[in-house]
Order: sequence, then C-alpha cells, then structure tokens
Amino acid sequence: MSADALAPVAGPQPDSAGHFGRFGGRFVPEALVAALDELDGAWRTAMTDESFRAEFGALLRDYAGTPSLLYEARRFSAKVGARVLLKREDLNHTGAHKVRNVLGQALLTKRMGKTRVIAETGAGQHGVATATAAALFDLECVVYMGQVDTERQALNVARMRMLGATVIPVTNGSRTLKDAMNEAMRDWVANVDETHYLIGTAAGPHPFPAMVRDFVRGIGDEARQQCLDLTGGLPDAVTACVGGGSNALGIFHAFVGDEAVRLYGFEAGGDGVATGRHAASITGGSAGVLHGTRTFVLQDADGQTLESHSISAGLDYPGVGPEHAWLHDTGRANYLPVTDDEAMAAFELLCRTEGIIPAIESAHALAGTVALAPKLAAELGREPTIVVNLSGRGDKDVHTAGDYFGILDKER
Amino acid sequence: MSRIGVAFDKARADGRALLVGCMPAGFPTVEGSIAAMTAMVEAGVDVIEVEIPYSDPVMDGPVIQRASDIALAGGVRTADTMRIIEAVAATGAPVVTMTYWNPVERYGVDVFARDLASAGGTGLITPDLIPDEADEWLAASDAHGLDRTFLVSPSSTDARLAMTVQHCRGFVYATAVMGVTGARARTSDAAPTLVSRARAVTDLPIGVGLGVGTGAQAGTVAGYADGVIVGSALVRCVLDAPTEADGLAALRTLSAELAEGVRNPTR
Repeated sequence: MSADALAPVAGPQPDSAGHFGRFGGRFVPEALVAALDELDGAWRTAMTDESFRAEFGALLRDYAGTPSLLYEARRFSAKVGARVLLKREDLNHTGAHKVRNVLGQALLTKRMGKTRVIAETGAGQHGVATATAAALFDLECVVYMGQVDTERQALNVARMRMLGATVIPVTNGSRTLKDAMNEAMRDWVANVDETHYLIGTAAGPHPFPAMVRDFVRGIGDEARQQCLDLTGGLPDAVTACVGGGSNALGIFHAFVGDEAVRLYGFEAGGDGVATGRHAASITGGSAGVLHGTRTFVLQDADGQTLESHSISAGLDYPGVGPEHAWLHDTGRANYLPVTDDEAMAAFELLCRTEGIIPAIESAHALAGTVALAPKLAAELGREPTIVVNLSGRGDKDVHTAGDYFGILDKER
Repeated sequence: MSRIGVAFDKARADGRALLVGCMPAGFPTVEGSIAAMTAMVEAGVDVIEVEIPYSDPVMDGPVIQRASDIALAGGVRTADTMRIIEAVAATGAPVVTMTYWNPVERYGVDVFARDLASAGGTGLITPDLIPDEADEWLAASDAHGLDRTFLVSPSSTDARLAMTVQHCRGFVYATAVMGVTGARARTSDAAPTLVSRARAVTDLPIGVGLGVGTGAQAGTVAGYADGVIVGSALVRCVLDAPTEADGLAALRTLSAELAEGVRNPTR
C-alpha cells in the first residue's frame, strides 16, 4: 500500500494558483515566487514520476514503518460508546505522522539540487522530524524555534542537536511558533538559492498546503482500506485534531468523496473559546492572511495576529491550513473546539484503558470523539464506528501531563 | 500623473535621485512619529514612506521589527496611521504607505483606499501582496486614484518582472538584495542589473530599497536608480537615541547626509 502512497485519487484539489475556494493562494514577497514556482514544478513532476513514488514508498515502509496499524481500542470503545479504531501514527519513526511530510519534502529538496533545509518548530516535533530527514539525506539543517519554546522543550532541542541540526532561538515578537515561522521565512528570502523551507504543516503559500497534504495523504488511504478489511464497511465518522491541520487533512482526504462518512476536526479550545485564551482559528477566528496564505486567523480588529493558547504546543498556532478553511466553508467537515481539560481527561482515559500514552494534540481528537459518540449513536440508532487519527505519541508530553495531573514527585 | 510621479520627474530634471525615507507609524508614539517624519522632510527627505506596524512583518529585519513592536505595544491602530499620514502630507511631501496585506484586508480594502486617499496618501507599497492576488486592490486603487507599488526582486523572472511593472502605478520598488530590510555594509551588486532589467519593460521611475544606510551608499544607488529608499538606518536613529530630542537630531543629520548623497550620484 505504501508503495503507491502518491497514486492519484479523486479528491478536492485547489486551482492552479493554490486557491481552495476563497482561501489559500500566495501572500509572499516577490523574492519567494520563483522558489515557490520551482517547488510547485518539482512537486507536480514528482507526483507523476514512478521512480519518485517508488523511492518515497520505500522510505515510508522501510524507514518510517508505515502503513501504521489501525487498532480497535476495545476498552476505550466500551467507555466511549462507539467502536473506536485508532490510526496508530504514534508508532511511526520519530513518533508522529510528521515523518511522512519531512521524507517527502527532503526527497524533493534533493531533486531540486538544494543542500540546506530550514524549518520552524513549536514543541520541537517538526524540528526533530526535519533534523532526522536532514541526517538521512545529508542536508544542512537549521531549525527556528521561539525562545519560550526552546526553554520549555529543552529535550527536543538536544534531540535536534544530536541529529546534527543547528537550533536558533527566536527572540522577537511573542517568541513562539508564529515568530519562528516569520524568522524561517526571512532566512528563506535571503538564502533561497540553496535552501528549501520545509514547512511542517499544510499551511503557508501555495504549493505547501496541497503538497504537504499529498505527502501525508497515505494516512487516510491506509485507514480507509484497513477499515474496510476490518469491519467490512466504511466508518461513520473520522476524527482528528487540527492545529495547522496536516494530520487531519492526511486522514480526511481519502474520505472526502465518501458522503456518508462524517469528518470532524477538533481544534484547541484552550481555556474555552469564550475566554479568548485558545487556538481555535476556525471556531474563534476570522478570515485573514497569515504566513503566506488566506485562511482563518486569530486576529484583532486591525488584523494584528493574536497570541494563541493551548496546553498542546503542537496545536498552539493562530492560523490553520487553507484547505480546512475551505472544508469548513463548504460544510464537508465539521470543526469543534476541545478545551485543555477535556483533552487531558481523554488523554488519561486512553492511558488507563489501552496502555497507550497519546500526544496531547491527539488527545484533542480523542476528547472530541468522546463527546461525539453519544450524539452519533442517537442519530444513527446504533453503535457508531469512528476512526480516530492518533497522530502522535505522548513521550514528549510526559512532563506537561505529569504537571497537569500533579503526579510529579516534588523536587527535593 | 500621480504626485509621486511629479516628484520623481522634478528630481530627474534636477539631475538627482529622489530620497524616500521610511518610518513605522506610531513609533515611538503617534505624536513622536509625526515629529520624526516632519523632521525628515525638513532635513531633505523628498517622500515619506509610512509603514503600518504589523505583528508578523516577514520582509523586515530586526530594526523595523523592534520599532513595529514598540508602536503596537503603544496601542497604535490603523486609524491612527491615517491621522499620521494626514499630518505628514500637510508638510507638502508626498506620503506613500507601506503595509502588509492583512491590516488592509481587515480594515476593508475599498474603505481603506477611500480613507487613505482622503488622508492625502498617494498609494501603497505592498511587500506581501503580489499582483496575482491583488484583484481587490487593483479595483480599489483605481476607484480612489491611488498608486500601486509592487516589489520586483533579483529572483523575478523576466515574465514576472513584466507582469509586475504592468500593474504598478507611481513607481516600482526594486529590492536590492535577496533578504529583508536592514542597513548593510555594502550596497548590492544585484541591484543595478535588476534596475536595468526593469527599465527594459517600464517607463515608471524605479526606487531601490534594502540595505541603504549612508550618504555614500545613497550616492551609489542614485547612480543607477530614480529613487533611493532608506528605512532601517533612519529608524535606528530614533531607536538608539537616549531621548526623543536626540533621536530627532540624529534623524536630521542622517536625512541631510542622505539628501546630499542622492544629489551626488556615483556613476
């Protein structure tokens, strides 16, 4: 299955300039247009190139360990009141779905003859994944990370450095993910000839949203077939967490054409959308332009970007991929907020029922599923089948979770 | 012809380049920025570029980022920028506005154009809006008689260069280097080539920005371009000054040096 992870399938596509309805496009300095065009060309060529697809497929299989399992979580299901199937992206090399994207883009970087990759990272997961691919492909790697994040994710900084990457703490603006992305963009403008900006989610200027979606699309392609094999039918719903939104698009894409399959994206509701302290760009934001694309953005009345808040560093971003904005506009997918507390309750439930520690990002998908299950059961008049994208593992979150639950021994 | 076009023509007739000086609106305060821009005009800056501070300025280097952050932390609003433009336009110098796209979109593109025109602004420089995405701005700028300055870059292909200048009105902004704003030790080698490539496809005046910070550099750029655009070096005068009066004095000194530079083009 992974050998043809890029085989064409029917599904929503942007126009040739990367517009998903009224969203997407390119809002970038002219200096970057040539590089984006080059990338667009390389990506389109690669997508139809058998040798690229074979190489990518082999890497996904032999290096990343995909297809990931679709696991029926029976004890969790019993608590939730739905037949819950977990797409185990947490078992991939580096611990999340993100490895699919970085392998695809690193392969393209080589094809374009570039020798250096740069990346932005919040919690450090995408930075670690990028550093991993850079080591594998012998590319120079520079990762921009907000200073606030380098301090609270010191272990991931060390991981990146072990893998040979240079980590640059970003000290301007709010010193978090969005500022790391600004700084990476500035680096790219200055070094675009030899550098590829390996964006970590399905956001940014065209072709990134569609390209990243294509590289992670295997999640849904695999899950759809695995669900058919396991249950003899399609699920009633597919759920995922949404920050930038790559894991959600990755699993949604294969199901968009299956009208009976409901799609749910769960955004980070932080302390609750009404409090203003959240990262729910679709539920609590408005249409705007950020980081090269038109999408839903958390912004004030003057269009200044607002700081987002979430217990999950990976969802703590004030924008969202433009394809999600479009799926929301068209009504094909539903987007709902999940608070920190709801996510952590689901986090604990999965730990205790299945012996699986999820990433706090993925715990948002689990929490949304917990809330969705009874409604769907009532509507269908039977137990629903729900595929949940367990996009990453929780090793990186042990400190945050331990702190949250108050289970860390006090320092002596 | 636009007021900027007239100013470029006059400078050209005088055998010199036009000096464009940039300052973020509301930096260090609303009144402080009006005082700074007025001082620049008095010391010989021909055109004032008012930058609307934005939370995520990807084309700007550390100096303008810091100034923008200070302005935003001080609570400056887009409506204040309109007031600043009006005050600076009253000095008689043409005022062009540089803005990232989201503040305009949030304000409402047509309403923004209307308010900008009635404040006496000549038009917009749009660092993250390319003509490909600019339909709404093309219509609004036509409706309200505003200039449109899109950027061209050393990496622009010939086709994009031709397309971009075709959508410009007033003047074209050539980015001298591949990079962000900020004074640099050396002027760019890529800029003269870019300017001559642009000249092959447009009669509009061409301003060169990014990395110009001294009178000598201004003279070098004036040797091949119609306009010399200076930002970070001027902003730094205010940023580094211990008092507002010191900042204005430093600003006057540098403005005069730059004005001298554009009158002594190095050819």
